[in-house]
Amino acid sequence: MERVGIIGVGQSKFVRGYAGSIRELAFEGFREAMEDAKIQTKDIGASIIASAPEYDKQRSPAGVIAEYLGLVPQPTFYIESICSSSSMALRVAYSMIKAGLHDVVAIVGFQKMSEISSGESQERMGRGADIQWESPFGTMMPAYYAMYARAHMAKYGTTGEDLAQIRVKAATYGQINEKAVYRKPVTLEMFADPDSTMSATVAKPLRVGDCCANADGSSCIIVASEDKAKALCDKPVWILGLGAASDTVNMAGRDLLTGLTVAIEAGKQAYTMAGITPKDIDVAEVHDCFTIAELMAYENLGFAEPGEGRDLIGSKETYKEGSIPVNVDGGLLSKGHPIGATGGSQIRTIVLQLRGEAGEMQVRDPEIGLVHNIGGVGLYGNVTILGR
Amino acid sequence: MVKKEVDDRFKRFGTVSFTGITKTNDFISYLEKGKVMGTRCKECGAIYFPPRSDCSTCLQSSMEWFEVSGKGRLLSFSELKYGPVGFEEDLPYTIALLDYGEYKVFGRVSKDMPYEDLNVGMELRTEFTTLPNGQLSYVFKRP
Repeated sequence: MERVGIIGVGQSKFVRGYAGSIRELAFEGFREAMEDAKIQTKDIGASIIASAPEYDKQRSPAGVIAEYLGLVPQPTFYIESICSSSSMALRVAYSMIKAGLHDVVAIVGFQKMSEISSGESQERMGRGADIQWESPFGTMMPAYYAMYARAHMAKYGTTGEDLAQIRVKAATYGQINEKAVYRKPVTLEMFADPDSTMSATVAKPLRVGDCCANADGSSCIIVASEDKAKALCDKPVWILGLGAASDTVNMAGRDLLTGLTVAIEAGKQAYTMAGITPKDIDVAEVHDCFTIAELMAYENLGFAEPGEGRDLIGSKETYKEGSIPVNVDGGLLSKGHPIGATGGSQIRTIVLQLRGEAGEMQVRDPEIGLVHNIGGVGLYGNVTILGR
Repeated sequence: MVKKEVDDRFKRFGTVSFTGITKTNDFISYLEKGKVMGTRCKECGAIYFPPRSDCSTCLQSSMEWFEVSGKGRLLSFSELKYGPVGFEEDLPYTIALLDYGEYKVFGRVSKDMPYEDLNVGMELRTEFTTLPNGQLSYVFKRP
């Protein structure tokens, strides 16, 4: 079967208050991916632009960004599944190449969150849930994930310290990732110190330290048909498995509150397609928008049994030297979470790992990597498995 | 010229409503009478909370209302110290999910229930409330 390969990856630095427009921001990730792939704009058959709406004023951003990147007159369009938009765009690009419509497709994810205030941002994210029946209660993302955390604590005895350990790990690698927005260390003591910002409650039981950082950023992934990938690229990374799922938007429709059904379902699909099991994964990027989200990802992806995610982080098995390194680029928690750019950034990290080009963050000789990218509160889920 | 009347009763739901016009507007009229209602499909019997006007099980649009009554089990909850724009005056407040067996109800816990008294698994009931800004809603209280 003809494979689809990734031939170029790039991302901007993730920053607070990017000093430029969305098209200029998108250009940064795109240029890096183009330099990585060593191709020209005429080599790209189509582009897919991914972001979440209502952070900037541009309607239909695909056209304006494609023009700025020099990708006119090739077809371009917009894909949105909130925080998993660029992983969903990869899924669509894969289909376009497998269908034979194009040989090379560029996926450009971007988000400029700093055009609105933090409160406005929470309101926008809250409206990524059920605006008719839930948003009128004043919901926001941290509170929804806090409900998952509370349920996990009640069922399995998971503690705030277990969650804090995930943030400490993220900060360990955020410090050595020059693209990360948060580059400072975080310690368990900070979570215990009432004077530290990290310990301040956002939505019980989640604290500031449990929440990812908003950021402006862009990412770009360039994919190609097997023939094209081999012709253009020395070290293509192959898409081995793709999984995607959706869940009820209203929490009242959810049967599982200690994990994300979309992650379980998308994970199963991706493992089956790749013909592998969780034990075969050498390095993973999971959607740690909150510490509890990473803990649940361990369990939902089969890295740990349900309820045993705390043991996996407690024994440091998800550190770079552990049996299953997770988010060794700082994750969303320290690297930052520019919604539409996040999936592409996660994919970039795994591609660099598989090529052995992750620098200080490099894990030992990985062959297969996994990306878990979630949209909303487990509303959309994408799992992508990559191999060299 | 006769001005056509718009049925936007749903604007009255919650601290800030993001929906005005819906076929489930009668939910608001029931709230005015102190009742929290869900819908049941008259064709196949599927039960919905939050209410729906169309059945995703049998694809018919023949619904009847039923009252959310009795006790539900608290599945999870969270107290917010920060809120979205428009909800600042309500802080702090606790959102929660109650399990009634055949359906679940998402909403807020009554302000007179201390956060420290809440436990996953405890029983609460759903009750109509009028919010300080005059909007209509419901809260979870002790049975």
